[in-house]
Amino acid sequence: MLSFALKRFGSALLVMFAISVLVFLIFFATPGVDPAARIAGRNADPATLAQVRHSFGLDRPMPVRYLLMMRHLLVDRDLESFVNRGSRVIPQIVQATPVTLSLVIGAALIWMVAGIVMGTAAATLRGKAADPLIMLVGVVGVSLPAYWLGEVVNLITQKQLHSSVFSWVPPPGYVGLGQDPGQWALHMLFPWLTLALLYAGIYARLLRGEVVTALGEDYVRTARAKGLSERRILIRHALRCSLIPIVSLFGLDFGALVGGAALLTEVVFGLPGIGKLTFDALQNLDLPVIMGTVLYAAFFVVLANALVDILYARLDPRARHA
Amino acid sequence: MPDQPLLDVRDLRVSFRTRQGSVTVVDGLSLSVAPGDILGVVGESGSGKSVSMLAVLRLLTNPNVTVSGQVLFRGRDLLSLPDKEMRAIRGREIAMVFQDPMTALTPVYTVGWQIAEQIRAHEPVSRKEANARAVRLLSDVGIPDAASRVNAYPHEFSGGMRQRAVIAMALSCDPSLLIADEPTTALDVTVQAQILDLMRELNTRGSAVVLITHDMGVISQIADRVLVMYGGRAAEEGPRRAVFHGPRHPYTWGLLDSVPRVGGPRLRRLPTIAGMPVAPGSLPEGCAFAPRCRLRHARCEELPVLSAGNADAAHRDACWLPPDQRAALRLTTRTADSEVAS
Amino acid sequence: MTTPLPPSAAEARRSPGPWRTAAADLSRNRSALAAAVVLLIVVAATLCAPLYAAHVAHTDPFQSHVSGTTVVDGRTVPVLTPSSTGLGLGVTPIGPTWDPAHYFLGADNQGRDVMARLLYGGRTSLFIGFTAALLTCALGTAVGVVAGYAGGVVDAVISRVLDVIWAFPVYLLAICLSVVLLTNGLRLGPITVDAGSLWLPVAIIAAIYVPYIARPLRGQVLVLRNKEFIHAAVGSGAPTLRILRREVLPNVLPTAIVFVPLMTALAMLTESALSFLSVGVQPPDASWGTIIEDGLGLLYTRPTVTIAPGLLIALTTAALNVLGDGVRDALDPSARLRGGV
Repeated sequence: MLSFALKRFGSALLVMFAISVLVFLIFFATPGVDPAARIAGRNADPATLAQVRHSFGLDRPMPVRYLLMMRHLLVDRDLESFVNRGSRVIPQIVQATPVTLSLVIGAALIWMVAGIVMGTAAATLRGKAADPLIMLVGVVGVSLPAYWLGEVVNLITQKQLHSSVFSWVPPPGYVGLGQDPGQWALHMLFPWLTLALLYAGIYARLLRGEVVTALGEDYVRTARAKGLSERRILIRHALRCSLIPIVSLFGLDFGALVGGAALLTEVVFGLPGIGKLTFDALQNLDLPVIMGTVLYAAFFVVLANALVDILYARLDPRARHA
Repeated sequence: MPDQPLLDVRDLRVSFRTRQGSVTVVDGLSLSVAPGDILGVVGESGSGKSVSMLAVLRLLTNPNVTVSGQVLFRGRDLLSLPDKEMRAIRGREIAMVFQDPMTALTPVYTVGWQIAEQIRAHEPVSRKEANARAVRLLSDVGIPDAASRVNAYPHEFSGGMRQRAVIAMALSCDPSLLIADEPTTALDVTVQAQILDLMRELNTRGSAVVLITHDMGVISQIADRVLVMYGGRAAEEGPRRAVFHGPRHPYTWGLLDSVPRVGGPRLRRLPTIAGMPVAPGSLPEGCAFAPRCRLRHARCEELPVLSAGNADAAHRDACWLPPDQRAALRLTTRTADSEVAS
Repeated sequence: MTTPLPPSAAEARRSPGPWRTAAADLSRNRSALAAAVVLLIVVAATLCAPLYAAHVAHTDPFQSHVSGTTVVDGRTVPVLTPSSTGLGLGVTPIGPTWDPAHYFLGADNQGRDVMARLLYGGRTSLFIGFTAALLTCALGTAVGVVAGYAGGVVDAVISRVLDVIWAFPVYLLAICLSVVLLTNGLRLGPITVDAGSLWLPVAIIAAIYVPYIARPLRGQVLVLRNKEFIHAAVGSGAPTLRILRREVLPNVLPTAIVFVPLMTALAMLTESALSFLSVGVQPPDASWGTIIEDGLGLLYTRPTVTIAPGLLIALTTAALNVLGDGVRDALDPSARLRGGV
């Protein structure tokens, strides 16, 4: 068990190292991309460029640059942004984290409840009228571009129906939970719903397939022959087995979202979370911030992967003896 | 001996609605099981034997299925019982065991948990008590170290052990009837023998058994009565000795003849029944076996009725051939076979 | 009495192969057929973009018409009028006239006919989506099959590379690559892709989704590899390439095919997101994503410019998803057995 955990841990470190190198290479080794030019601004003369390069350490050999950056980021923790001179990367990330967590946790609760209810309902009502209707909601959820939906939601709540139905909707932005819980919730409501719609669609469709399969399995037939009620069979046997892949997927999705995968939603709703931070940094070729946020994101993805593997073994006894 | 049969199936009909129209899988089947009896139901794949028993317990959940007829269990018609009462019968008075033990149990719960679940669904006992009973049941069916195996998961059991566990579970509430659908088909021959011993033992303790199989050898070892099915209908039924030593229906002859005998004459070719089993969608108006029968004649276009031929009223068959010439007619087909062989 | 009986009718009829059975199943799936029809209509409409622009709308959707005029209800009106809301800066273009010859869905902030741009944009979006999907499915299948079949070191290396790519949050990687490659294009040995070429988004999107396809396919090949018929083929001395071609590929092909419509939907959504963020399709080309972005400034005054392309994306991806489901149900043998009992 211990050696297994060590192996996973080592492999995770390797992946994160590879990602950091990859990001570094993408931004520094691609011909034609010159962060110094970005920092110095347009039409900078060669002297300015040289000075910028020197002060940012861009004239050192690449492996040295990489090691320096890593040292500043991980050891000294004083890595500074290229663009906002004086502003450190790690505090920026720390500040953005609660925003993203608010968005993701709230949306996750909504989409899991909605997705599981819809998927199970559609599976049990299979063949009747409600089934395709529920699945239609699912398909719509999966097909709407999330950022577009956010803009349309903004349009409706801020402009079209603002004076009548949605007068209580605050303008896009974020209010801290500690500051004002009521405003926090109001600001997060539509971002939650927008993000949740997409994922609810995915999970409802997936769960419906799993439950339909489970209900056709031999062990469900045995359970019926035992004289158990249909409700017990559905929940204790079919759903219990169907939720295993759902929970695994949820772990992976949640990990990716916490790391900043919800960047489109954050951008559209003006939430200063990790996703928005990453996006702004990418647009400005602000490599230290990019490095910080990408590693942050990768960390969560790798962590989520490991946790899901462990969770899977707990949920499915067959996986324990693999 | 009590008059009323334990299970009395009358004119059971099961049909499925498919794209090609209505397909009749069980067509007017009648059978009865006396308390403490072992009835062997034998037939090829597609003969409707499994579907008929699933219909008895109302386990056919396909919305396109139609079941008609009467299934009297201790005098009550199961087909018209409300769901709640049917659930009280399933698992408690009638239990069923299926063919593939590898997929019969829910993979995420321990075997003990699943047995306890059945017990507690029918009897008001505590978890501890149910668990203790599960341990006893497992050891009764011959699972070694039952006290620790009760906490094992299904995938930790081998095929034979798993089938025993499933049987233990089925018997947990002392059902008066056990239906076993090909319980040994997926298992090794040696394990098969053990399972059959187990069933014989249950029978001595009082349960009636309906054993569905396509293996005549299994029937010969364990059944009291035999029902031969073909094309969703009964071809022949009667006491085991009578059916094996004096079979009356040409299909039964084919089944018996195709089993090679260790001490018998050396055959150049194994006799088979010519043609293919009738597909459920294309049951003829008359005798279902007629297209494959060497002795078919004009009358076979009419649906034969199960009737007793000679003195033994308990031995019936569905065939238009003259009832007192069966043995002789059987010999003619045998000679025809050996002519083909040489 | 000794003549053998003739073969029954069932024996005489040979059963159709798996592809024909799947096609028959698919044709009976009404929602999948409806989805296919919707897709055909969308594709046909976008292919007719030049016809529409030239003969119906009489306009060039890539040319600004800032000071142009058009005819509405018989009256001549300017296409762009100075904005009366906000600070009085900016312009308000004409809204939907529902007249195909004159700005059917209105104009955007450069006076261009939105409807015509939607049709042209559709060609771009569909092209990128479908091509990226084909590329990624082909590449992903190849990688997955090689990794699954070869095993050992090859599998380990490939799996680690896939893990690294997939550990990168998908959109982040796409944006990274786009930001970087859009400055100077891509030069990979003999292959040169210009910065403005549509192949750049195609290549980027295809690359980032390779693990999405490769991993399930690798899993399938791993299971297949242990099956008896593969052992038999190997034991009979057949060369690896032939085994791959004749035994492995036909078995994984259905899975790969099922991925194509679903992947097209995913690629279209990704492309539109990248274009929306200005790191996808670049001007002068237009795609549904760029039109959405164009319309942002007009969101509160002329929402049609943003709403219409989004609806089209949603419609197309929904149809692709439904069709993909239908294809999967048709090709999945276990779906057929799931009939209750």
